Amino acid sequence: MKVLTGIRKDVFLYLLILPGVIYFLLFKYVPMWGIIISFQDYSPYMGMWRSPWVGFEHFVTLFKNPDFFLIFRNTMVISLMNILFYFPMPIIIALMLNELRLKRYKRVIQSVIYLPHFLSWVIISGITFLLLSQSGGIINKLLVNFGFEPYNFLTNPGIFWQLLTVQSIWKETGWGTIIFLAAMAGIDPQLNEAAKIDGASRLRQIWHVTLPGIRHVVITLLILRLGSIMDVGFEQVFLMMNSAVTDVADVFETYVYRNGIQQGQFSYSTAVGLFKSVIGLIMVIGANKLAKRFGEEGLY
Amino acid sequence: MKEGKLFDIINIFILTVVGLVTLFPLYYVFVVSFTDPAEYIAKQGFVLFPEKWSLLSYKYILSTASYIRATGVSTFLATVGTVLSLMVTATLAYGLSRKRLKVRKPLMMMVLFTMLFSPGIIPHYILVRDLHLINNIWSLILPVLSSGWYVFLMKSFFDSIPPALEEAAMVDGYNDIGIFFRIILPLSLPAMAAFGLFYAVGYWNTYFNAVLYINDSTKWPLQILLQNILIESSTSSQGSGAAELMNEQQLPAQTLKMAAVVVATTPILMIYPLLQKHFAKGVMLGSVKE
Repeated sequence: MKVLTGIRKDVFLYLLILPGVIYFLLFKYVPMWGIIISFQDYSPYMGMWRSPWVGFEHFVTLFKNPDFFLIFRNTMVISLMNILFYFPMPIIIALMLNELRLKRYKRVIQSVIYLPHFLSWVIISGITFLLLSQSGGIINKLLVNFGFEPYNFLTNPGIFWQLLTVQSIWKETGWGTIIFLAAMAGIDPQLNEAAKIDGASRLRQIWHVTLPGIRHVVITLLILRLGSIMDVGFEQVFLMMNSAVTDVADVFETYVYRNGIQQGQFSYSTAVGLFKSVIGLIMVIGANKLAKRFGEEGLY
Repeated sequence: MKEGKLFDIINIFILTVVGLVTLFPLYYVFVVSFTDPAEYIAKQGFVLFPEKWSLLSYKYILSTASYIRATGVSTFLATVGTVLSLMVTATLAYGLSRKRLKVRKPLMMMVLFTMLFSPGIIPHYILVRDLHLINNIWSLILPVLSSGWYVFLMKSFFDSIPPALEEAAMVDGYNDIGIFFRIILPLSLPAMAAFGLFYAVGYWNTYFNAVLYINDSTKWPLQILLQNILIESSTSSQGSGAAELMNEQQLPAQTLKMAAVVVATTPILMIYPLLQKHFAKGVMLGSVKE
């Protein structure tokens, strides 16, 4: 009753949020209902109501499938390489930018390194091909010019993961500095002054003042990143993938797309997607708990 | 202070290298797209600075029907989609920021949960199909109208608007919808501009949803067409929308491809200075926490 009178009093406020609420219900929650088809043998003609139930059959199929090991491994390796090699980059660059005293030059560098964040993965994969292709790529032209053999960058399973990591570093390092620079701007300048008077060198100031000052942000972001370990930039993978590297490139979404959308195995691929989402959910909740144990704020 | 000087020099040097490494691929794309086709062929693609600049590739790209059409589709997405996204997201975020809203807590939980758990590609695909939106341009707007992330960012912005403002407006006889559109929205224009720019970039870069939902090549957004142009080898002559672009003339595929990339990037470069003012805001605005 109290809610009802509340609604009557603020009826226009409720009307205002109605489109947003409908959006979330229709496009975020109705698909959750669609999860049930992973326990069915769904056929588009019979629909969700009349398709026969099969229990956990699709999950059993998935766990027995050798592909499962591959996509799980690829997802983990791509994510972990991202955390290991990409994650420290924005911190390092932000530290360096923070030490740059030529303010104008600092802004120029920032403008340049933020830019790739806004380019689509289509464009970035296109540029990658232009630079690295074996026949016409400028990098291989340079290699040949200096007397080396041309190197196969693009259809080489041995360096596919590294290639993705380098792309991510190029695209997102600059953008990633913003949050650390903001954290550094919040450090009391008196701390640096005091360190300077005590005779601390620039490197020691960074080590003893700046880094501890951004410690919280670093830990929070790292934990949250671990929480989203099941998420790889899959547009990137999808665009960089080719038949030569499938075994190291296939991740959950590309696998779901191929089996579900292209081959019409709706139920099986929904089960694959669900498995990924459930593990993802567990990881986020775990990461959030961990963040709070460290005394950080966490996501929620 | 010798040590400090050396530090500065090394620092400036490394950052300059980082900047150049970021710029070089973009510079190279730019150069190739403007290189005279004959020169490109003569040098076998080994061009770091063209002797002769040429607009031929651009003329060709910009006179291609499929490219113009795809640009139109993406422009539609980036304008109409952005406006709708802002409306839906801002109204919900504003409501959630008002303590009077009785169902505030459960609604926020509802939004938060969508950020933690997604049912995956197939259930979304089935929904779009059941709504008969396959091959419909609205399939690239409606399913991505809003996101939990933006709702919470905007909410934390609206949190800073004091309730006294709306109480005064209510005395003047406005209802909540009137208050939002006549008072709150005009006050929030800078923030809306920031969010709008981020949305617009997102719509402009729409790719995978179009892979899923749009099979009809006449309805392709720019990124899909671009991808098809980029993977087309210069010898192929399949009848796809993209093949139309390739090699009917003697233009080398690479200069055409790169001209297509540059044209597709230009709108982003044009709004980039505008975006830049709002970077910090967009990234930093509040946390999800209540």
